[in-house]
Amino acid sequence: MTERSLHIGLGLALTGLLVASLLTGVAEVAPLTALKALVTGGEGPLGLVMREIRLPRAILAVLVGASLGLSGAAMQGLLRNPMAEPGVIGISAAAALGAVIALQTGLAASFALALPLAALLGALIGVAAILFLAGRGGTLALILAGIALSALASALTSLVLNLSPNPFAAQDIVFWMMGSLADCSFTHVAIAAPFMALGGLLLARTGRGLDALTLGEEAAASMGIDLTRLRLAVILGTAASVGAATAVAGTVGFVGLVVPHLLRPLVGASPARLLPAAALGGAVLVLIADIAVRKVLPGQDLKLGVLMALVGAPVFLNLIWRMRGQP
Amino acid sequence: MRLALLCGLFLCLAPVLPVAAAPGRVVSINLCTDQLAMMLAAPGQLVSITRLARDPAASVMAEAAMAWPVNRGQAEEVYLLHPDLVLAGRYTAQPTVAMLRRLGIPVAVFEPADSFADMQADIARMGALLGREPEAAAMAGAFAARLARIRAASLPGPRPLAATWSARGYMSGHESLAGEILTTAGFDTLAARMGRAQGSTLPLEALVLADPDLVVTGRIGPGSSRAEEPLTHPALGALTGHRAAVEDRDWICGLPSVLDATDRLKDMK
Repeated sequence: MTERSLHIGLGLALTGLLVASLLTGVAEVAPLTALKALVTGGEGPLGLVMREIRLPRAILAVLVGASLGLSGAAMQGLLRNPMAEPGVIGISAAAALGAVIALQTGLAASFALALPLAALLGALIGVAAILFLAGRGGTLALILAGIALSALASALTSLVLNLSPNPFAAQDIVFWMMGSLADCSFTHVAIAAPFMALGGLLLARTGRGLDALTLGEEAAASMGIDLTRLRLAVILGTAASVGAATAVAGTVGFVGLVVPHLLRPLVGASPARLLPAAALGGAVLVLIADIAVRKVLPGQDLKLGVLMALVGAPVFLNLIWRMRGQP
Repeated sequence: MRLALLCGLFLCLAPVLPVAAAPGRVVSINLCTDQLAMMLAAPGQLVSITRLARDPAASVMAEAAMAWPVNRGQAEEVYLLHPDLVLAGRYTAQPTVAMLRRLGIPVAVFEPADSFADMQADIARMGALLGREPEAAAMAGAFAARLARIRAASLPGPRPLAATWSARGYMSGHESLAGEILTTAGFDTLAARMGRAQGSTLPLEALVLADPDLVVTGRIGPGSSRAEEPLTHPALGALTGHRAAVEDRDWICGLPSVLDATDRLKDMK
């Protein structure tokens, strides 16, 4: 399959799923009436539902999915390891901790961008810790460092939420660990989108460097790739993307694991070709998951993470199975 | 150990018996029984209430509650208070209640009040348990009289649609105290229209489509929580109906003060 036809295929799937997402909700509304209300604003509350509730949710599903897919593909290119995924190795958990601290200290209420900034900072510390602990240590070191980071960040998140004076804060633990797009508004889109765009831009430009890196660090350096700059771009890009996604949707794991895993056979071994495909594929996957949570348990806010883990864990196990015996 | 024993002895030797056969050392481990007992108990009869009774967000008697020692509702600390009656709620931790009963302490369990009738029964039951029947009768009488005045004052006419909606999209059912308060204040409830007798979650989308004339939300608590974020969703703000805030403390317990909320909501019609 050519790269072009893959992109067209994913783009068509994305468009179709976007419309399907807009037509999914607790209220049974005829599709044409719903879409008309979306475009014209409609009479009465239906326009409000389409424009202020379903539209921002669908847009966020696309943005969150694309950011997570792209970061997964870039991290895997940098570490040359198919298991390097922000959710699995604890970067999302660190971002969630940053977000929760910003919310509970009141920082997020004082200025709008404090929430994604704090999540970005959390993710940045997470990525730096992972690279420091496991940058050259192989798969086992990566997974172990990820388990430790996840456990620490999740425990601190739970602690902060339990210390909150708000009686509902402790129940939020589920949201921060499992993620959800329920009741998101354009406020969420507005605070997340700039950071996602920044992260996407940084990561999109790493393709050539990551391609060279597949030949090894020395070969890449001899090809004129500035490895320090490449690393920095991936670290900052991942932190911005994962931080923004986590700040609005909680921890949505496995997207960056499943999507590159499925698409790699279609684009060959080139990280540069995987990056755009993984962004599109991530958006498609999260849209599907977010439609599914609303279909399985309408009106119950089944968490996205539940579905993603059901899909993602088998892929993860499969990767481990294939890696048996390797150091 | 010896100190504990001494304290125990002292407590045992100094029971206050207001009325013969009435319990002298009553401990409450539920927010609602706290407040009802505070209003009805004889001086010295109630020896401990829960910490929650001092929380102004949850309790209408937060200030008065400063006069009583507080507990955290743990079996161990309650047992060491040597109560001869423990007041608990239906949703108080069941292991605690079972443990206290195993230790031979009588525990009276109150169901949450789902209606004004439940409330009047609870007042009478609390009066009987504490040996304070005349006080309970006076309280029930005053409540009934005020309720009758409110009912008389709520004019016949159109009944606008009201819905309660709080954190995590929780809507009270129509067979709840909140439902009866809204109905008495002159509204039809969305819960009744949807046939939801019990409390349940209502997605924001369904609330917006129902477009009620009045949405009653709680107040947003201190700190921050994702669960309360939907209460500030722009779609909710864009609804044409009125908004009212009734604080949790004003109607989570079946206390005579629920009529304050009823009175206020009646004027929102």
